[in-house]
Amino acid sequence: MIASAAVAVSCRQVVKDFGDGDSRLRVLHGIDLDVLEGEMTLLVGPSGCGKTTLISIIADLLDPTAGEIDLFGTRQSRLPRTKRIQFRARHIGFVFQQYNLLPALTAHENVAVPLLINGWRRSQALEKAHLLINEVGLESRARNFPSQLSGGQQQRVAIARALVHGPKLLVCDEPTAALDATTGQVVMELIRRVAVQPGRAVIVVTHDSRVFSFGDRIARMDDGRIVDVQEVEPALAAPHEPRS
Amino acid sequence: MNWVAWKMLNGDRAKYMGAVFGVAFGTLLIAQQTSIFVGLMRRTANQILDVLQAEIWVMDPKVENADEIKPLAETDLYRVRGVEGVDWAVRLYKGQARVRVAGGNFRQVILMGLDDDSLVGAPILMKQGTISDLRITDGIIIDRAGYEYLWPGEEPRLGKIVDMNDRRAVVVGICESAAPFQTFPVLFTRYSRALEYVPPERNRLSFVLAQPKPGYSTQQVCDAIEEKTDLLALSRGQFMWRTVGYFMRTTGIPINFGITVALGFVVGTAIAGQTFYLFILENLRQFGALKAMGLSNGRLVVMVLIQAMVVGLVGFGIGMGMTATFFEATKNITNLRGMHVPWWVALGTAGAITVIIFFASLLSIRRVIVLEPAVVFRG
Ligand SMILES: Nc1ncnc2c1ncn2[C@@H]1O[C@H](COP(=O)(O)OP(=O)(O)OP(=O)(O)O)[C@@H](O)[C@H]1O
Ligand SMILES: [Mg+2]
Repeated sequence: MIASAAVAVSCRQVVKDFGDGDSRLRVLHGIDLDVLEGEMTLLVGPSGCGKTTLISIIADLLDPTAGEIDLFGTRQSRLPRTKRIQFRARHIGFVFQQYNLLPALTAHENVAVPLLINGWRRSQALEKAHLLINEVGLESRARNFPSQLSGGQQQRVAIARALVHGPKLLVCDEPTAALDATTGQVVMELIRRVAVQPGRAVIVVTHDSRVFSFGDRIARMDDGRIVDVQEVEPALAAPHEPRS
Repeated sequence: MNWVAWKMLNGDRAKYMGAVFGVAFGTLLIAQQTSIFVGLMRRTANQILDVLQAEIWVMDPKVENADEIKPLAETDLYRVRGVEGVDWAVRLYKGQARVRVAGGNFRQVILMGLDDDSLVGAPILMKQGTISDLRITDGIIIDRAGYEYLWPGEEPRLGKIVDMNDRRAVVVGICESAAPFQTFPVLFTRYSRALEYVPPERNRLSFVLAQPKPGYSTQQVCDAIEEKTDLLALSRGQFMWRTVGYFMRTTGIPINFGITVALGFVVGTAIAGQTFYLFILENLRQFGALKAMGLSNGRLVVMVLIQAMVVGLVGFGIGMGMTATFFEATKNITNLRGMHVPWWVALGTAGAITVIIFFASLLSIRRVIVLEPAVVFRG
């Protein structure tokens, strides 16, 4: 099943430098990586090895210094600017370590934001958002503001927001790092359950070895290089229960 | 997303109110000070503007304002009457006199001597008595504010007696007149009587007031008078501007008010700009998240502009409200009577506030545009 899945993201010889002249710092040293549809790929590695930089480039928030990235068969760098931004709005969902919910909007309203960005009417966007709020189990908290929610609840809102517009790629940077172990498990379970679908690729950057078992595939990075990519044993991944 | 912009603004009440306060404060300073300035400048010409019965003022060409008068010769009146297109022309005395009130106090007053027959230049709004009572030998009409000035604390009533140049004058009417620049009482009497109330001088004809015949334009007749008589003939409006222009040039008033208005502008911009910029800075992460999620720079700028415009509109509304309240609350204070916010001052203030908002949002917009969406992944 995994072998036959289509490639969602393909990175070829991706290099990223920060700064120039003497202060030039090479953060990514020619990354080659394929991320498959219908899977959750975990990106792991020590702090500072370039994980965030890599997913920023994949999600088209940063331009690589060299190398090619294809997203679902489209080379973003060849598209005009407005099309690239539109692609991101339509097809990419984000979950951040810091949640990044808008504090002035309720949980329900926050979830509707990607639809508003995509030009939906407010009433329709809110209607759709409601379904997602239910799906992450926060129906009773829909009218609460982020400041009235726990970290885990906020992250669940963020997951609903990241998925509301049905993106083809979900990018999560350390979604459990700010949460305690149990809540982290709940959040990973939720991502596993609602996000991983045929036709969608999920990339999760994580430090947390306790959640490794949620992934289908683990890409290990060190010092700006992919050191190896391993399938998680189906026995571990299949029931989508973490090993204790 | 405009709705989100509105929500963001409301979500940060403290900054929102701070920026609104800045705009409101700027609006108040600009609108109120400009209105007082305009009102003060208008006062220099109020005794001109109050004469509604005649369109044309004829004077010596050296006269630069309505207060410093070089009198005309009696023959000038007849020469003006002889000009084609002049329907009628009458005398007007305008000068300062000293009145002595019971108790021996002296007060300076503005004395208006009206043509004995027509009483052209008489006040329009009588509070007590009638204009025709001026025909009573010693009759004078005094403005309400002047009455309060001469007899403070007394209920206005007719029959009060004053002394001018050792001649008796009886208050036969109390009128409402537009406030003069110097807050002296305005006294009206007949021309012939006025000459007795002031020390003798060779010529005492201050102005000739004239009216064009039907079918002749004011400007046409003014030109004709100037050509025939070598006198200066101005429409009411022209004479007002000549007087206002004189005071603008020769007094420090415009500079003083100009400084205050500029201060209002700068302080308004500083407060509004700074708080608004802080608001944007504080929300930068959120703007970054929206940018990462695919919101274009153009739409982000629109969001910031909407937020700035709401701040501007609300602040302007509150500031104008405070300004109006100020003038409403002070309209019965004699020294501030007649002051109001002319519509064009309100419009000009709105223009100034637009500029303030523009500057206040400029930096913020720049910050949002250069913002790297990748920042949202940083802790
Ligand atoms: N905008 C930038 N300018 C300069 N250097 C940067 C920038 N962003 C990242 N770096 C550097 O690139 C390297 C990789 O950073 P990155 O954030 O990708 O690491 P990471 O693997 O996500 O680390 P962590 O696990 O701590 O989040 C670090 O040395 C970092 O200091
Ligand atoms: Mg990172």
